[in-house]
Formats: sequence, C-alpha cells, structure tokens
Amino acid sequence: MSRAIRALTVAAVFLIAAALLGALVGAADLNPWGVLATLLDRIPFVHLATGMSQLDQNILIQIRLPRVVLALLVGALLSVAGAGYQGVFRNALVDSGMLGSSAGAGLAATIAIVFLGGLGTAAVPIAAFLGALAGVSVSWFASGGGRQAVGDGGGTSTLLLSGVAVGMFLTAAQTYLMQRNSQDLQQVYSWMLGSMAAASWTQVTEALPYAAVSILVLLVHGRRLDVLALGDDEAHSLGLNARRTRLVVIAAASLAAATAVAVSGLIGFVGIVVPHVARRLGGPSYALVLPLSLLIGGAFLSLADTVARTALSPAELPIGVVTAAVGAPVFIAILRRTQPVRE
Amino acid sequence: MSGLTATDLRVELGRGFAAVDGVSLRVEAGCWLAVIGPNGAGKSTLLKALAGLLPYQGTVTLDPAPAGRTRRDLARVLAYVAQQPTLPPDVPVREYVLLGRTPYLGYLGNPGRRDREIADGAMARLELDGLAGRRLGTLSGGERQRVTLARALAQQPRVLLLDEPTSALDLGHQQQVLELVDRLRLDDGLTVISTLHDLTAAAQYAERLLLLDRGRVAAAGTPAEVLTAARVREVYHAVVSVNPDSDGRPALTPVRPRDDGSHADALSTLRDDGPRENT
Repeated sequence: MSRAIRALTVAAVFLIAAALLGALVGAADLNPWGVLATLLDRIPFVHLATGMSQLDQNILIQIRLPRVVLALLVGALLSVAGAGYQGVFRNALVDSGMLGSSAGAGLAATIAIVFLGGLGTAAVPIAAFLGALAGVSVSWFASGGGRQAVGDGGGTSTLLLSGVAVGMFLTAAQTYLMQRNSQDLQQVYSWMLGSMAAASWTQVTEALPYAAVSILVLLVHGRRLDVLALGDDEAHSLGLNARRTRLVVIAAASLAAATAVAVSGLIGFVGIVVPHVARRLGGPSYALVLPLSLLIGGAFLSLADTVARTALSPAELPIGVVTAAVGAPVFIAILRRTQPVRE
Repeated sequence: MSGLTATDLRVELGRGFAAVDGVSLRVEAGCWLAVIGPNGAGKSTLLKALAGLLPYQGTVTLDPAPAGRTRRDLARVLAYVAQQPTLPPDVPVREYVLLGRTPYLGYLGNPGRRDREIADGAMARLELDGLAGRRLGTLSGGERQRVTLARALAQQPRVLLLDEPTSALDLGHQQQVLELVDRLRLDDGLTVISTLHDLTAAAQYAERLLLLDRGRVAAAGTPAEVLTAARVREVYHAVVSVNPDSDGRPALTPVRPRDDGSHADALSTLRDDGPRENT
C-alpha cells in the first residue's frame, strides 16, 4: 500500500513540476515571478499584483497555458490508452496507435486535407477522430470480433495481427493519396508528426468530455485487467467476462487515442514509454499502472512539448520527433529485457 | 444429497467433434472424484465444462445451488485451477492470491481488509507466509502449485476443480500437494474433482474414479472396481499388474511386455492410434 501512495505522490509531483516548467519557459520572454503571480492570482480569493503587462498576461493565459494543459491531456490520454491496450493484449510493447487507429486517423486526415481544400484544416480533427475509431472497428471485426480470444488467449494475437494488416492497408491508401497530391504533402506531414502549436482553450474544452469518459472507464477496469492477465479461463473461473472486459477496455482506449489524435496529430511512443515507467515505479498491477500512466503521461508530454517549442526557438520541432527520440531507445530496451516477448 | 451432479454432458470442440459425450457423474459433498483416462480422452474438457468454461449440452447442478445464475455467483462456490495456470512473473504472491477474492469485489474492485485477511489465511494454510512478497516468476514448481491452490482457496469455494495438479512435480512434491488437497478437503468439507495422470495416486487419494475413453465413460466406481488389469489394458493399451496396498487400494506396476508369448495378446493391442488432440 505504501508503495502505491509513494509512487502516486512521485508521479503527481513530476506532473506539477512539468506543468510549471511548461508555463514558465517559452519563446516569449516572460518574467518567471510575473508568471507565478499571474497563476496564483487566478486562484479564487487570491489577489496578487502580477507586475505583467496585459500583452504578457494574454500570451500566458491564451497561448502558453492552453498548450500546457492540452499537452497534459494528450499525454495522459495516449499513456492510459497504451496501458489499457497492453493489459488487454498482455504485451508491454503494444501502443495506443496500433489496431489501425493511427493509420485510420492518418488516412482520414489526409482525405480531409486533400479533398476539402481550405475547409480541410478545420475538418482534420473530426476526420482524424472518426478515422481512428473506424480503423480500430475494422480491425476488431476483421479478427472475428475478439471471439477466438475466448479460450487460450491466442485470439489476442489474431486481433493484433489483424490491426497490423488493416493498418498497412490504410497506410498504403494514404501514401497513394499523398503521392497523387504532392502539393499537400507538407501539410499532411506536419500533421503526422504531431503538434500542439494550434492549442487553444476551445480545443481543450472540446476534447475534455471524451477524455473524461475514456479515462474514467479505463481507471475503473484496472483490477479487471489484473484478472485478465491470468488468461481467459482463469478470468472466467473468477467470475469475469473476459470478452466483454476486452471489448470495453479496447473501446475506451480507442476513444482516448482518437481524442488525442484529433487535437494533436500522430504522436508516437508515448503509450509504450510511459506505462513502462509506471510499471518500474509502481509494479505490475494495472490498478496502479493506469493512474500512474495518466500522471506520468501528462508530465512526459508536457516536458516533450516544452522541448519541442524551445529547443530550436523561435522555430518549433515537431513533438512527434521529440517523443520518438526518447521512445525508440526505450522500446528497444524493453524488447531486450522481455525477450522472448510474452503473450 | 448435496454435491455436484452432471447428466448426459456433451462438449463439442470444433465442428461435430465431441470431446466429451454422454457423460454423467455425481460427486457427494466432501468427496474426491478423480477423472482418469488416456491422453485425449476428454478429461480436461470435462473439467472445463463442469467449471462453466466451455459450452456444453446436458446439465450440471450444484446442491446447494449458487445464489444466482451469473458467472460471479458460480465463482463463489466453485474454484478451478488450470493444468498450467498463467502466473504473471512480476506479480507478488500476496497480490496473486488476493485475485481469488475477485468474485466478491464490488464494481471498482478494491479488496477490503476482510478480503486481505481471507487471502492471508489461505496463504497460511498452504504455508506460504514466507513467500508473500516474492514475485511469481521466482517460484519453484511446488511453490507455484501451492500458490495457485491458495488463490483457489481465497475464493472460499465448496467445490474445487483441479486439472492435473501434479503434472509438473517430482514424486515428493506430488505427494505433498495431494496430501494438502486431501487435508483441505477434510478440514473444510470441500468437494474435489481432479483429473490425474498417475493411476496409483488417483487410487490412493480419490474415493471414486471416473475412467474416460474417447470422451465416454468406460468405468466408474471405487478405485478397486475401476482399476483392473484387464480394463487398463483395454483402455490404455498398457500391461500392468494390479496389487492392492495395505488399505486395499489398487497399486499399479507397469509390466514390460516380453517376447516369450506370455503377453502376446496384450502386445497385439499396443497399437498406435496416431496423435490425439490433447484436450
């Protein structure tokens, strides 16, 4: 018990520190004390003289803060979705973008950019959201609706491979579209590498309901994922409906991933790296891995975005490049530690 | 009379292939029934059907019946231990045993103090106190078997279904585990149904045997009634001599077929049926 509380405390402190750093650092040279005072001033019943100009306050409140909050939200979503998928598939190397969701979002966003012209930019988030959900649905039904999964657990690899096949097909279609419409390449690529540059409070409030529902459902299923880890037969004999649990967790994780993709584009590796760190910190139980992933994921992506917007300031590094630079080595490290990959 | 009764069970694996067909059995409360039979006879399939893990035709009734008809209700009276249970290597023993409380937990699934007490009690009875913090991946074969038994006990079942509880163990650990199961059965009045490979062990520990051959009941009754040399030859195509031990329970010794013709009839039945699906 004490380990759980300690781990959660460490993760929460990390989250607050990362968020504060994100608010303090940026292209505009804001006075740190002014930033802190402005933040404290927003707390009810606290009134402080901030010493910041109206312009500086606006930069902080309207540009920098929504971006920090959106990064926290997207990081939390991608991480908790990754952890959920990993619980279902009993494999620590499954990412939130697998099962055709990234590829579905990619194709749909490309279609929006290519065919909807000026309207496309506005339509990209909703297209990506629907594309991600469609990609996962096609993978689910192509594998027989998780039906084979009841039994010895071999069916989960059917679903995973079906996701790979569906993903490859959708990516091929997307690549073909891009090749035929090379004038849109730059816009498609900048979306694919992910970005928080367009963050606004509107985006945050639009994403929030989906985020809340998916996160809540996933957190409630932590204990059940622990039971599912024993295999379908054992789970059934303990009174758990394995197939229904799998369906609910996959649906919630896919909703979380789709929401993240809609507001930020494709950001890879977060869903693998963060749950891995959560396991190192709090142990293997999903009852703890899920909430820890939520906190650490928010902190991680907020830090990554701070790097993305300051490393080449005033130019921006795509955030997907930052997460890939951290994520790929961690992925390989996990692969080497867990060989042979456990089912 | 209380216990478990199954009538005319048929379990199909794949199209039209009945791994278990026309099997009826009854076990009285507090008794131990061992299901025996050659590889592929349908022992594990029968056990899974009784545990509600496979769809079947026919009826299985528990007396007294579970409080409701859900999977959870069944899990509160009947615990199942697979032949090779999946033990996630990084999970500590105590947390694993606590998963046995799953059928009693609320929607959020947080085990309470009482659940922890029951899990600790189950570990104490299987002498696992010292291993509570150990990770499952570090346990020996005998320890693993005791840990899975503790998990099943934490379910507080009335019926315990054990699929080959001794298959991965050496002779000494086999004996230990079977003695443990027998003690739990006597202490708690548990009804035990287990598949067992080792016929002599089955005869020593179980009060009743059910011999399956290709999915059907070949014989049922006390060990002495079921385990005769002729029947073992017929069903297993094996040559054995059967000698009652001091309790009158049959002990089987394999006899090597000789070329002098003394077991010629037995040898002629030692044919290869080809590979059978291990169910």
